[in-house]
Amino acid sequence: MNHWITVRSRQISFRIDRRVPIVLVVLGLITLAIVLLSLGQGEYPISPIDVLKTLLKIETDNADYDFIIHTLRLPRALIAFLVGVGFAISGAILQGITRNPLAAPDIIGINAGASVVAVSFIVLFPSVPGFVLPIAAFAGAFVAAILIYLLAWDGGSSPIRLILIGVGIAAFTNAVISVMLTFGQINSVSQAWIWITGSVYGRSWEHLLPLLPWLIVLIPLALLLSRDLNVLHLGDDVARGVGSRVEWQRVLLLITSVALTGASVATAGTVGFVGLMAPHLARQLVGTAYEGLLPTAALMGGMITVLADLLGRTLFAPTELPCGVITATIGAPYFLYLLYQNRHQ
Amino acid sequence: MVKPSSLIREKARSPQKVIGRSQALLVVGLALCLLVLFICLITSITFGAAEIHPNTVFAALTAFDGSTEHLIIRTVRMPRSLIALMVGAALAVAGTILQGLTRNPLASPDILGINSGAAFAMVLVLFLLGGVSAPVYVGFAFLGAGLTAIAVYLLGSLGRSGMTPLKLVLAGSALTYLLFSLTTSILILDQETLDEIRFWLAGSVAGRDVSLFLQVLPCMVVGLLMAFAMGKPLTTLALGEDVATGLGLKTGWVKVTAIVVVVLLAGSAVAIAGPISFIGLIVPHVARFLIGTDYRWLLPYSACLGGILLLLADIGARLILKPQEIPVGIMTSLLGAPFFIYLARSRVKR
Amino acid sequence: MNAENSAVTAQALSQRIALTTRKLTLAYDGASVISDLDLAIPAGKITVLVGSNGCGKSTLLRGLARLLKPRHGTVYLDSASIFKLSTKEVAKRLGILPQGPVAPEGLTVRELVAQGRYPHQNWLQQWSKEDEWMVEQALSITDMIELADRSLDTLSGGQRQRAWIAMSLSQNTDILLLDEPTTFLDLAHQIEVLDLLYDLNQTQGRTIVMVLHDLNQACRYADCLVAIAQGQVVAQGEPAQIMTEALVREVFGLESRIIQDPVAGTPLCIPVGRRR
Repeated sequence: MNHWITVRSRQISFRIDRRVPIVLVVLGLITLAIVLLSLGQGEYPISPIDVLKTLLKIETDNADYDFIIHTLRLPRALIAFLVGVGFAISGAILQGITRNPLAAPDIIGINAGASVVAVSFIVLFPSVPGFVLPIAAFAGAFVAAILIYLLAWDGGSSPIRLILIGVGIAAFTNAVISVMLTFGQINSVSQAWIWITGSVYGRSWEHLLPLLPWLIVLIPLALLLSRDLNVLHLGDDVARGVGSRVEWQRVLLLITSVALTGASVATAGTVGFVGLMAPHLARQLVGTAYEGLLPTAALMGGMITVLADLLGRTLFAPTELPCGVITATIGAPYFLYLLYQNRHQ
Repeated sequence: MVKPSSLIREKARSPQKVIGRSQALLVVGLALCLLVLFICLITSITFGAAEIHPNTVFAALTAFDGSTEHLIIRTVRMPRSLIALMVGAALAVAGTILQGLTRNPLASPDILGINSGAAFAMVLVLFLLGGVSAPVYVGFAFLGAGLTAIAVYLLGSLGRSGMTPLKLVLAGSALTYLLFSLTTSILILDQETLDEIRFWLAGSVAGRDVSLFLQVLPCMVVGLLMAFAMGKPLTTLALGEDVATGLGLKTGWVKVTAIVVVVLLAGSAVAIAGPISFIGLIVPHVARFLIGTDYRWLLPYSACLGGILLLLADIGARLILKPQEIPVGIMTSLLGAPFFIYLARSRVKR
Repeated sequence: MNAENSAVTAQALSQRIALTTRKLTLAYDGASVISDLDLAIPAGKITVLVGSNGCGKSTLLRGLARLLKPRHGTVYLDSASIFKLSTKEVAKRLGILPQGPVAPEGLTVRELVAQGRYPHQNWLQQWSKEDEWMVEQALSITDMIELADRSLDTLSGGQRQRAWIAMSLSQNTDILLLDEPTTFLDLAHQIEVLDLLYDLNQTQGRTIVMVLHDLNQACRYADCLVAIAQGQVVAQGEPAQIMTEALVREVFGLESRIIQDPVAGTPLCIPVGRRR
């Protein structure tokens, strides 16, 4: 019995795949390394050693380091990481409830719902204060999710139709976005365009704070629901047979997933394909059980986004590419590769 | 994963349905469609910022007198309407062929990302080379459409029985997403290009370059004629590759030719009018509903109906926010997306 | 129903009963498949539902397992209506293995079997000693210990079906419902699965209810055969007593001869076709 690590006391007991702790530690270290690199990168390069010193509040030769790192770069890196975490968990949940390894919030139109509302705000009311945008994006994600769920409903929610209808909703919202982009002032259109692709450009502590409560509530909730995800993944009939309240669980999980996507999109725009890639890579590392999959996917998602941001800043420096462009450029071919792998099913 | 056969509830393709509509009826129907198409064309030319009477329209065409009105009609209205007609026809026929080829009711050049491929190629060439001559421009559109079509086609023929509609759609959305993202990164790097082409990117038939249209026109005509000639083999191929081979069809050649036709049609349509969505999805369904599954009739009907639909959409695009015009591509998306959802609801079962 | 059959039914009713339906009507998309059905499933026995395609036997099984909400009527588990009990409560007493279940890619046998413990767990107790013991037990009964860490998609059809049965076993229910557990299996694997179910019934006294396609396998393995036609029970009882040429004609619309199975001594139905 060394396949699972089992933890038991009188009140609680749980198990995780034995690979999980090692994988988490390794992923954590890699992410940390990327963050250090990322914090040193920019108009004003700082060596990783100095970055580490500054972070640990150890005196360095340059007094500006503290400001550059703590005020300018750290919040950005943290937001990239957390947004990636949000997308990854959201995607992992969605793949479980649709029972389709190819589902992701960007494919099934939840991101599009968030985008359309946010873009409308950027273009139509450029003077609106910054804090409105996240709320609007959030509402957009929810409305899209509800629409998808209702339209896919036919005496029960079918996973395949959830996805196809999501694609339809995405097409519709993209048309609306096109209207905005075609008629808006060119400046706000440019801004909207960057936002659509997903970027953590210029994010500061004030953007981080509204994101945190969501993650603090939703991530533990997702972890608690991982047992239910495991049985839902076996199909509706089996899940019902072992006593899962399928529709109710699915709604609860969908809400969790949408809320995570909404919060992430609200903060950084639609960083595409993270929600698709991270769970897959995680599954390859730790298997399909959600207790271990969710935390692994989360770290993986964070790592990918931080890395994408770093690449986006350095590849064409001084011009910055939004990290969403990087993730999509890597993610879409990966998606096609997955389709290829799934060809016989 | 559910097998494609159980996933799709195709309407029973009973032979009676095809035979039941006699040749004579089909000819009359087609004539009727052409008449409607003509009426739409005239209406489209008549509508606009300046009110022009239909009689004047005829006069401008038959007896050009050099007046401002006649000039407007000949240089602005006529080209626009003809472009709408041709682009609509091209996209609809491309969609019909794709749906037959992939045996998939959700296939169309836009859903599968072929339009985005052409669009990306054109944005790329605009960004890299700046102003280029029309043939280069069009050539890139073909290249983009062609590469995407090949990619989608390879993906679509994976697995034993081809790809399920779900996967084909997902492959298409992934490609679209990728190409969109690449297009976006170019536009972020270069705001000038963005301002220049954002109207085109949404898909529009207004204010297009007439000389460009004239250069692309032969491609479209050749594409359409090739498509019409393929009616019989496509009908056979729609029965499934194994059956078609059993009946003695060289399926490989038919498929290659069909893809070439799709690239010609979709590529040239995008080159002129930008990525206009959903015409290629909706029209084949309407045509099939009207006449059944015989591609010899399906293709010309699709061409007619596609022209009608895009002309109407363009008229709508001019009226809806008068005096502002919205790009016709947005119109078709707003109408087409609900149709796609309807198809997904009704044709795809658990 | 003739007098003899009624007597058998009466006898069945006097036994301990695991599941009862009362005026059960089940419908799909408005069309009712089973109507006003009264049926009693004996406890501790193997009950097999047979009938022609589309007669409603699978629908009935789904109804018995509360996967399908009846239009009216109800199913009683002991004396309580199955729809009044919480779904977890039911899952502790009744397991269902649907037809052709599909596992997600990469899932290992052990992980699958562990999912059967779902109704016995809660948010805090996610992996008790008992859970662990039951999973090992289920794996050993189904002879899957060796394969426990293999991924399900690398197994043969018969092994895969055994893994799913192991999952239902780890659920540790008195009643086990199975919808065509032998479909898509070759003959050797069919017998392998049926023997396993027979052993479970014999050694542990579990009540087994299943839908089978093969009439002769049904006769061989069933203690109680339930023949269904047009949403109604045509006959119910021991195979040796109810299997007649008339019954086969009524249920399947097929001429046949009934002889004795030379191996098991149970009835064996030989269809009569046009070709001699």
